[in-house]
Amino acid sequence: MKLKLKIWRQKNCKEKGKFVQYAVDNVDPEMSMLECLDVLNESLIERGEEPVAFEHDCREGICGSCGFMINGVAHGPERATTVCQLTMRHFKDGDELAIEPWRSVAFPLVKDLVVDRSAFDHIIEAGGYISVSTGNAQDGNTLLIGKDTADKAMDAAACIGCGACVAACPNASAALFTGAKIAHLGTLPQGKPERDRRALSMVSQMNVEAFGNCTNIGECTGVCPKEIPLEVIATMNRDYLLASCKKREDIATDISPVIELAAKG
Amino acid sequence: MTLDARIPSGPIEQAWDKARFDMKLVNPANKRKHNLIVVGSGLAGASAAASLGELGYNVKCFCFQDSPRRAHSIAAQGGINAAKNYPNDGESIYRLFYDTVKGGDFRAREANIYRLAEISNHIIDQCVAQGVPFAREYGGTLTNRSFGGAQVSRTFYARGQTGQQLLLGAYQALERQVHARTVTMIPRTEMLDMIVVDGQARGIVARNLVTGKFTVHIADAVILATGGYGNVYYLSTNAKGSNATAIWRAYKRGALFANPCFTQIHPTCIPVSGEYQSKLTLMSESLRNDGRIWVPKLKGDKRPPNEIPEGERDYYLERRYPSFGNLVPRDVASRNAKAVCDEGRGVGKTGLGVYLDFSEAIARLGEKTIRERYGNLFDMYQRITDEDPYKVPMRIYPAIHYTMGGLWVDYQLQSTIPGLFVLGEANFSDHGANRLGASALMQGLSDGYFIVPYTVGNYLATNKFAKVDESHAEAQSAVAIAQQKIDKLLSIKGKRTVDSFHRELGKILWDYCGMARTAEGLEKAIGEIRVLRDEYWRNVTVPGSGDDLNQSLEKAGRVADFFELAELLCIDARDRNESCGGHFREEHQTPDGEAQRDDEHYSYVAAWGYRGRDAAPELIKEPLEFHYVHPSQRSYK
Repeated sequence: MKLKLKIWRQKNCKEKGKFVQYAVDNVDPEMSMLECLDVLNESLIERGEEPVAFEHDCREGICGSCGFMINGVAHGPERATTVCQLTMRHFKDGDELAIEPWRSVAFPLVKDLVVDRSAFDHIIEAGGYISVSTGNAQDGNTLLIGKDTADKAMDAAACIGCGACVAACPNASAALFTGAKIAHLGTLPQGKPERDRRALSMVSQMNVEAFGNCTNIGECTGVCPKEIPLEVIATMNRDYLLASCKKREDIATDISPVIELAAKG
Repeated sequence: MTLDARIPSGPIEQAWDKARFDMKLVNPANKRKHNLIVVGSGLAGASAAASLGELGYNVKCFCFQDSPRRAHSIAAQGGINAAKNYPNDGESIYRLFYDTVKGGDFRAREANIYRLAEISNHIIDQCVAQGVPFAREYGGTLTNRSFGGAQVSRTFYARGQTGQQLLLGAYQALERQVHARTVTMIPRTEMLDMIVVDGQARGIVARNLVTGKFTVHIADAVILATGGYGNVYYLSTNAKGSNATAIWRAYKRGALFANPCFTQIHPTCIPVSGEYQSKLTLMSESLRNDGRIWVPKLKGDKRPPNEIPEGERDYYLERRYPSFGNLVPRDVASRNAKAVCDEGRGVGKTGLGVYLDFSEAIARLGEKTIRERYGNLFDMYQRITDEDPYKVPMRIYPAIHYTMGGLWVDYQLQSTIPGLFVLGEANFSDHGANRLGASALMQGLSDGYFIVPYTVGNYLATNKFAKVDESHAEAQSAVAIAQQKIDKLLSIKGKRTVDSFHRELGKILWDYCGMARTAEGLEKAIGEIRVLRDEYWRNVTVPGSGDDLNQSLEKAGRVADFFELAELLCIDARDRNESCGGHFREEHQTPDGEAQRDDEHYSYVAAWGYRGRDAAPELIKEPLEFHYVHPSQRSYK
C-alpha cells in the first residue's frame, strides 16, 4: 500500500523545524512502523538526503527507546503497543500520517524525532532504588511476599521509561513515570524503610525538571505501552502527603534535587 | 605465546574461595584514587559499575544509548537460573555446574562454570533485596520453572520480562552511585578505541554521538561489558544498536578473541516475513514447557493446522528425543527445525517455520493458566503476526540470538592485555559451544556483581601505574586513527547504503556459517566477505556530517568492524574440524545426525590474535581439561 508521511524535520534544538511530506509507495502490511521509516530512510540515503533520525533499539517493545506521535497520539493508534511493534496493517492505502517527536520542555529536542529524556534518569537517581549494596543479602525466601503483592509491584515495575505519558499529557507531567517507580518499590517490604524519603526526593526532583503538574486527566495511562494504571499516581500522592505530614526535618534537609544536572539537560 | 588461565589449584569446590583469599586488597582510603572505566551498561556493565562505585572507586560508565536502562539485557524474557533447590527436585550447585559443562558440549572451563553455579544463589538474594519483583507463590515464596535443557526447575522469573526487571535493579543501583558521585554516567557515547600504554590498558577513545566530539578517558583499568556480536548476521534477535566495535578494537590492540564461531541459534523466534525485515523477535523458550512442536508428516501440506488430523502430524522432537522431548537444548531444537524444513515440511508462507502448539496445554490447564504464564508473549505474537495463538498454533523458526565466543579472559576475567577486563556476553568464558537457557543473565550478573569487584581490586593492588594523561602520544594517536576512520567513511560517497551491505554480509554468514557449516561453504564465505568488504570501502554512502547526530555514520563504523569479525568467525569455523554445540559441521555428525565432537584434537579454546589487516590471524590454543565431568556424547534421547 501507499502512505503519505508528514514528518517533523529539525536539525537540532537551536534551528527551526518543519513538517516535510514524503510518499512511501511500497508499504507491506506486515512491516512495523519503524521498518516503514527504514524503507523511507533507505530511499532518502540513496537520493543523497539525510535520513530521518529516530530513536530505536530492541524493536521488541521493551527497551523504551522508540516513540513518537502519530496523528497526535503517542505511539499511534494501537493500545499497549510501542511504534516498533505497531504493524502497518492498522493503516490503509492512501492514509496520511503526521509524525512528530514527543513535545515537552523537559524533553529537549536532539534531532528530528529524537528527544533528550535524561530528566527521567535524574528522577530515578534522586531515589528510585532500594539502598542495598552488593554483598551477602539474606536468602531470597526469608522474606515472604504474597503473590498479590508481588504481582502489584510487577504491574508498576513494567514501565519502560519511553516518555509517552509525558508526551500525551496536556500538562507534560511525569507523574505516571515517577508514580510507577514509587509504587513498585513502596509496595514491596524491601522498599518500605525508604518510602518517605523516596517519595519526597523523587517528587522534588520531578518538580525541578521542567515537568508540569498532574491534574488527573488520564491521557498518560491511555497511551502507556505497558498500561501502567493511574492508581500509581494516587500511590505517589499519598506517599508524598504522608511523608510531608510527618515533617521529618532530617529527611527534608537531606534532599537535594540534582539541579546542576537538570540545568545541563 | 602461551595462555595462562590462572585457575586456582586444589579442589574445584574451594577454588573461588581460595582465589579470593589470595587476592591483594586495595586500602579503602586509596580506592577513590583509582579511576576505572566501564563500557556498557547492561547487566554486566551496570552491576560492575554500581558495585565498584559502592566500594569507593571512581568509575566512569559509558553507553551508546540515551540511558543506561536501554541496554539489550532488558529484552531477555525467560528467566535466570540458580541452584537454590527450592522445589526440592534434586538441584544442587554441582548439578547446575554439571548441566552447564555438558550443555556447552565440553568446550568451556570447568573452574569458571563451578564458580558461576556457586554465585548463582547470591544473585537471586541480591536481586530480591533490590526489589526485583520475581514471581511468587500464594504463600509468598519464590516460584521456579523448568527451562530449555533442564530437568529440574531452577529458573526464577518476572513474568516474561526477567531481563527488564534484573536490568532495572542494576540500573537503579547504578543511579544510586551516580547520586553518590562515585559513578559518572556518560550516555550517547561510543567507545572507538582502547589506549594501551606500556602494555597496560589505560583508557579509551570515545565519541559523543550527538556532537561528534572525540574525548580521551584515562583510567587504571578498563572493563568492557559491551555484549555479543550476533548482529554480524544482520537479522538476529539482538537490538539494532548492539555491536562488536568495542571488543573488536580491543582485539586489534592485542586482546585475543576466543571461539568466535560459537554462536547460538535460538529455536523459537517469529519467522521472517519480508525483505524489509529489520530484526527478528524472540519468543521465550519457556513456551516450550507447555507448547508442542510439530510439522505435517506430508511434504508441502498446505492445509491450515487445525485441519491436519493428529495422525498426520509429526511431533518430531518428542519422537526423536523421548526423554527430553520439546525441552532439548537450543542447538538441538534449532537443527531439527532446519532439518524438517529442508525436507519440505516447513509451514507458513515461506516454508521456513514449524508449529508451536498450545491446544493440548490449554485443554489440560485452562486458558487462564496459560494466559498467566505466557500472556505477554502471546500478546506480542498476536501484535506482530495478527494470529491468535490461543486458537491457532504459533509459527516459529530459529534465529541468531547469542554469541558464546568473545574476548579471551582468564579466571580473573582479565584479557591478554593487563588491566583490560571483559564481562558478560562480551567474553567467551562460561558457555562453551552452547549456552543453556536462562544462563546469560546469571553470567552477566555474576561477572559484574560478584567477580570483577574482587579481581579488579587485585589487579590494582598488585600493579604500578605510570602517570598518563590525555595528551599522551598513545592517546593522541588513537584519537587520530578513530578520526581518520570517520572521515574516510564520510568521504567515500558511493552508491550503496550501509544497511544494504550489512544485509548482504548477514546473508553470506547465515547461509554458510549458520546452523550448518561445511569446509567448502566457509571457504566460499571468506572469499565473498572479502570481496564485499572491498566494495564497502569503495561504494558505501554515508550522508550528513561527523559533527552532529548521524545514525548512518554510527552504523557505518560498526558494519566496517562486522566485516572483519565475520571473516574471523568463518576462519575459526573452518579451523574447527568437528561439530560441537552450536557449531555444526556437516562433515562431522553421528549416523543419526547429531553433533560429533573430536575431543582428541579439538578439546581446546581457540584464541585468535590480530596480526594486521592482510595477515592471517594467529591461533593460540588453551587446552581444556575435565577433571569432574567426563566428556561424553551428549544424549537427550
